Amino acid sequence: MEDSKIRGADIVIKSLIAENARYIFGYPGGAIMPVYDALYDYVNQIQHILTRHEQGAIHAAQGYARVSGHVGVCMATSGPGATNLITGLADAMIDSTPLVCITGQVPSHLLGTDAFQETDVVGISMPATKWNIQVQKVEDIAPAIARGFHIARSGRPGPVLIDITKNAQVSAGEFNYVPCLNIRSYKPYPKVDDRAIQAAAALINKAERPFVLYGQGVILGKAEKELRAFLDKSGIPAACTLLGTGAISENHPNYVGKLGMHGNYAPNMLTNKCDVLIAIGMRFDDRVTGDLSRYAKQAKVVHLELDPAEIDKNVKCEVPVLGNCQETLEKLTLAVDQKSHEDWIEKFRELEAEEKRVVVGNDLLPTKEGLTMGEVIRHINEFKADDAILVTDVGQHQMVAWRYFQYKQSRTQVTSGGLGTMGFALPAALGSQLHDYNRQVICVVGDGGIQMTVQELGTIMQTKAPVKVVLLNNNFLGMVRQWQQLFFDKRYSFTELENPDFLKIAEAYNIKAQKIEKRDGLREAVAEMLIHDGPYFLEVAVEKEDNVFPMIASGTSVEDIRLS
Amino acid sequence: MNRYTISVFTENFIGILSRITLIFTRRGINIDAFTASESREEGIYRITIEVTTTQEQIVQLAKQIEKIIDVIKAFYYTDEQMVFQEIALYKIPIENLDPGLERVIRQHNARIISAEKDFVVIELTGHKEDTQELLEVLKEFGVLEFVRSGRVAVAKPMETIDKYL
Ligand SMILES: Cc1ncc(C[n+]2csc(CCOP(=O)(O)OP(=O)(O)O)c2C)c(N)n1
Ligand SMILES: [Mg+2]
Repeated sequence: MEDSKIRGADIVIKSLIAENARYIFGYPGGAIMPVYDALYDYVNQIQHILTRHEQGAIHAAQGYARVSGHVGVCMATSGPGATNLITGLADAMIDSTPLVCITGQVPSHLLGTDAFQETDVVGISMPATKWNIQVQKVEDIAPAIARGFHIARSGRPGPVLIDITKNAQVSAGEFNYVPCLNIRSYKPYPKVDDRAIQAAAALINKAERPFVLYGQGVILGKAEKELRAFLDKSGIPAACTLLGTGAISENHPNYVGKLGMHGNYAPNMLTNKCDVLIAIGMRFDDRVTGDLSRYAKQAKVVHLELDPAEIDKNVKCEVPVLGNCQETLEKLTLAVDQKSHEDWIEKFRELEAEEKRVVVGNDLLPTKEGLTMGEVIRHINEFKADDAILVTDVGQHQMVAWRYFQYKQSRTQVTSGGLGTMGFALPAALGSQLHDYNRQVICVVGDGGIQMTVQELGTIMQTKAPVKVVLLNNNFLGMVRQWQQLFFDKRYSFTELENPDFLKIAEAYNIKAQKIEKRDGLREAVAEMLIHDGPYFLEVAVEKEDNVFPMIASGTSVEDIRLS
Repeated sequence: MNRYTISVFTENFIGILSRITLIFTRRGINIDAFTASESREEGIYRITIEVTTTQEQIVQLAKQIEKIIDVIKAFYYTDEQMVFQEIALYKIPIENLDPGLERVIRQHNARIISAEKDFVVIELTGHKEDTQELLEVLKEFGVLEFVRSGRVAVAKPMETIDKYL
């Protein structure tokens, strides 16, 4: 080997280091072994987290990316290693999470021969990646990684996959890392059109009942401050989507709640009463809009959005405002009148009171014997830090935790929104925690979902990540059971679970664990968990057949939202 | 439903065709015809896709195609906004080459581009209606094989790709 040349495998690691990657979440195997061998020499410069399954690795990378704002890095071998990443890729794609995934591939000369552990990973992952590529030559490795990072983090972020054949990993090449700053076919930030800003401001200034819906675009665009300034000046009430949650504090005077199927009563109902709807960094997901033909038909829509393909995709808008919402919001704030909309906000407060009376009271301060998911979250709120991160899985517990957890900061909410991936929470919580060992990371998970990635308790044990796992055990695939109860005549087809002794599982992983079955002791247990130094596993046996309300049944309108 | 032509300018990378077709597959939309070639600019490929769909859908399709990292620009046009041609080849048994066939060829402005021991190959360039009409006529002479290309098209609007580079 010539002096200045190094192996492709070393180039992979040095490129990741050049991109300031702090962690690699991964799992080794034949086709990626040279890279793992190289990694052994760089453990002081980059940390590798060995998960227990590649799906765990990619969800952990997602959790890390979501709370840190950095690109999550993930690595796997060819064939089954790579196919195990697919769920995470699809999840990151639909939730716009920046990831760079590196997979090993069989040597070039074996491509297409059905070689051992050969899978067409580029083909399989194509619809689930923002960009992907196969690299067969050592000199193409660093440019591909540079391009990958640029694509993953710029514009609307997303996952990238780089498949590297084994021969490229073992050949020698020069290392000269040149970050990628520009791709001529890729314009991640559309130029802001001042006429659009003026048109939007004109509509907003004339509006009597304007209403802001904000989504994750605000967080991804680092526009939290700009959103606050816009709301402060315009006086417009604002509601968040699932992924936009936390972008502004829920204590903000204009904050009126959460949108969507299990969101709050007021913002869903009043979507059909506003006269100008201002959508900021959100994509009108069907779980937000319900029946589109009866969604905000009376309103003129202003859409602040980075991705041109989102304009008019689901909801037609009067004024599209393309651009990063950090920039567009700042300009729009200058152009709108200082106002207050107290009477209009009062309408939200009236409906909010109605929801409190019918739903929230019983959820948070139940008078019946069985424990509710809501009261567990109430106690978490009592003891948690302001910057605590809540990671949830998918199901009833996700919706309840989202509804009641008091979000005070941006990037404190991590959940699988667009894909609804059960099994997401435990590994994502681990990744979130690794961003900062000193932050509280609370992982709320169901008895169904935890069993999809329960093996990651092993990674928590090994990394000593002090994740607080709260298992809300209703002995059911609760959300599906709720639908069966409401829409399928209570035919509980395959939704009841015979569960293992979760405490024994946690203890087998050396994680301190406790189970609560009665109201007595719940508050103390939550407090103990949150001050415990190290990982903790709290199982709470909750009512088996509780339902989550409010609810907009699928296919119905936002104003058909039911409180019971 | 209308007939649209999408004109895509792309970098020439492996996988780009799959990425484009996936956009149609995912939405259950059939591609009527598909051609790819070099464009005027060296290294830039031009893909022409013919599709029958709605005005709303075509806007979405073009945006989704343009969202692909290696796509420079995707334009869409109605038939009126394009000058386009398709080429068709017809393989006819040699024994049917008689004055009747020659007259048909002349009438349709077609030509014989190859004569082999057993067959001749006739070529016609035009719109689908023209090549289809000739096919119907030739059927009585026995068509051994018929093939028609996707459309190649240039747009009437004077916008060029240069300004997107
Ligand atoms: C991987 C995956 N499979 C199936 C589903 C469908 N699904 C949505 S919620 C749910 C039930 C979740 O049960 P559990 O984890 O116990 O949470 P609960 O609703 O009881 O709080 C199921 C099966 C899904 N979202 N993800
Ligand atoms: Mg459950």
